[in-house]
Amino acid sequence: MAVLVIADHDNASLKDNTHKTVTAALAISGDVDVLVAGQGVAAVAAEAAKIAGVRKVLVAESADLGKQVAEAVTDTVVALSSGYDAVLIPATSAGKNYAPRIAAKLDVAPISEIIEVVDASTFVRPIYAGNALETVQSSDAKKIITVRATAFKAAGEGGSAAVETVGAAGAMAHTRFVSDEIVKSDRPELSAAKIVVSGGRALGSAEEFQRVIEPLADKLGAAVGASRAAVDAGYAPNDYQVGQTGKVVAPQLYVAIGISGAIQHLAGMKDSKVIVAINKDADAPIFQVADFGLVADYKVAVPELMDELAKVGL
Amino acid sequence: MKVLVPVKRVVDYNVKVRVKSDQTGVDLANVKMSMNPFCEIAVEEAVRLKEKGVATEVVVVSIGPVQAQETIRTALAMGADRGILIQTDEDLEPLAVAKLLAAVIGEEAPGIVVMGKQAIDGDNNAVGQMLAALLDWPQATFASKIEITGDKAEVTREVDGGLQTLSVDLPAVVTADLRLNEPRYASLPNIMKAKKKPIDVKAPGDYGVDTAPRLKVLKVVEPPKRQGGAKVESAAELVSKLKNEAGVL
Repeated sequence: MAVLVIADHDNASLKDNTHKTVTAALAISGDVDVLVAGQGVAAVAAEAAKIAGVRKVLVAESADLGKQVAEAVTDTVVALSSGYDAVLIPATSAGKNYAPRIAAKLDVAPISEIIEVVDASTFVRPIYAGNALETVQSSDAKKIITVRATAFKAAGEGGSAAVETVGAAGAMAHTRFVSDEIVKSDRPELSAAKIVVSGGRALGSAEEFQRVIEPLADKLGAAVGASRAAVDAGYAPNDYQVGQTGKVVAPQLYVAIGISGAIQHLAGMKDSKVIVAINKDADAPIFQVADFGLVADYKVAVPELMDELAKVGL
Repeated sequence: MKVLVPVKRVVDYNVKVRVKSDQTGVDLANVKMSMNPFCEIAVEEAVRLKEKGVATEVVVVSIGPVQAQETIRTALAMGADRGILIQTDEDLEPLAVAKLLAAVIGEEAPGIVVMGKQAIDGDNNAVGQMLAALLDWPQATFASKIEITGDKAEVTREVDGGLQTLSVDLPAVVTADLRLNEPRYASLPNIMKAKKKPIDVKAPGDYGVDTAPRLKVLKVVEPPKRQGGAKVESAAELVSKLKNEAGVL
């Protein structure tokens, strides 16, 4: 029984989601290979080969794979699938895009966003925005699974797997990449950051969001997040959204500023180790999950917090 | 061009669901049901395509119990032209749903399928991609903008890190994300008109596809409760606790 993990990367470097997905894969089988599908990914493959417990790294390269076009990834993975009993894919926007396509091509029921491996065919996954957890057992011979990476510890380094080139699918006939509009940032990536500072609707404008949330995040070396309400109102870009339909995060410290705490948002951050909430409404639901709640207007509390952090050397 | 929009009847997004004490599932008795919010966005987009003169007909398909007719009526009141209900009391898995939809598409031959990216009950985020795979059509998921020119659609997608734009040949499957549009409220005259629009009722057996479940739900439980609720009085106390008690600074 062998498992194929599809690496999460941006063609330049390997993302930590891959290490976490390898941990989930190792709970299923000791024979875990990693597929790096992209373009110009030699460095990524070398990083993947160092993950402890990985048997082999497969590299497939093409222009369409470099853009993670679903049809191209699907054709490449389907061609490799006969050697594997399960394919595990980090539940990123790219993974969620192609995983079900792979499953349908193989006539398999996909299993989305697992948070626990019970045994090789039984998994736990959240439903209803995380308000319930279902344990499902698959009767398919081959399993196609997306993994909620925050639920697993990252596999360590120290491996030295062989790297092997495999065939990539041909150019896609019906889908063409047009453009990317990727937000450039020196901050840590939201889903992998140790600290996240998020702003909500209370901020009132994009200017205020930048003025208040970003300096605090930079002081803490944190990633910036936002509630759906703040994103919908245009205060923050869409990829900042933390919540069931946005990103799921589980940092060491999550600081929620002016966020009321809709169920949808809580589903995306409630597994954080420590949650801080600053909100002037003492009845805001966010306080029910916060370890440290400060009932205060952010306009007063955030500058004070900046000063206090400076006092302890931050 | 015909637009086909699959829609699902789900627990209303405002309802706080409860897990049944026997761990067999979520308690749906006497709970408010509505159209899945992402499906509403898809219906809105299809109706706008018709209003712009890009689409000629909007066909809505739902797979579910007899009450899913109400969900179809909601879509008809928003401006869809006719509905198809594949009536079943079984909770079909995404693979089975995709196979049934593929069979419907074989009969209807739409120029594009616009549908929600996921249903807020099962949270699978799978049917659109699976449908595209079964039809061997291109897919453009998590759309925040759709522009159709001739036999191509340019779709802006919400991805990790920002946005990606793809051009896909039609027919294609496009799945709607939250920011594609803001669905309208149906007006009373349109609700009245919707009552006269046709709904064709079918059964899964009419399509001759395998809808047997592949997954067995062993149990459904509540997630562990987080112990929160503690308050601090000042920013100074907060920093002190984060540094000394929690050790996260």
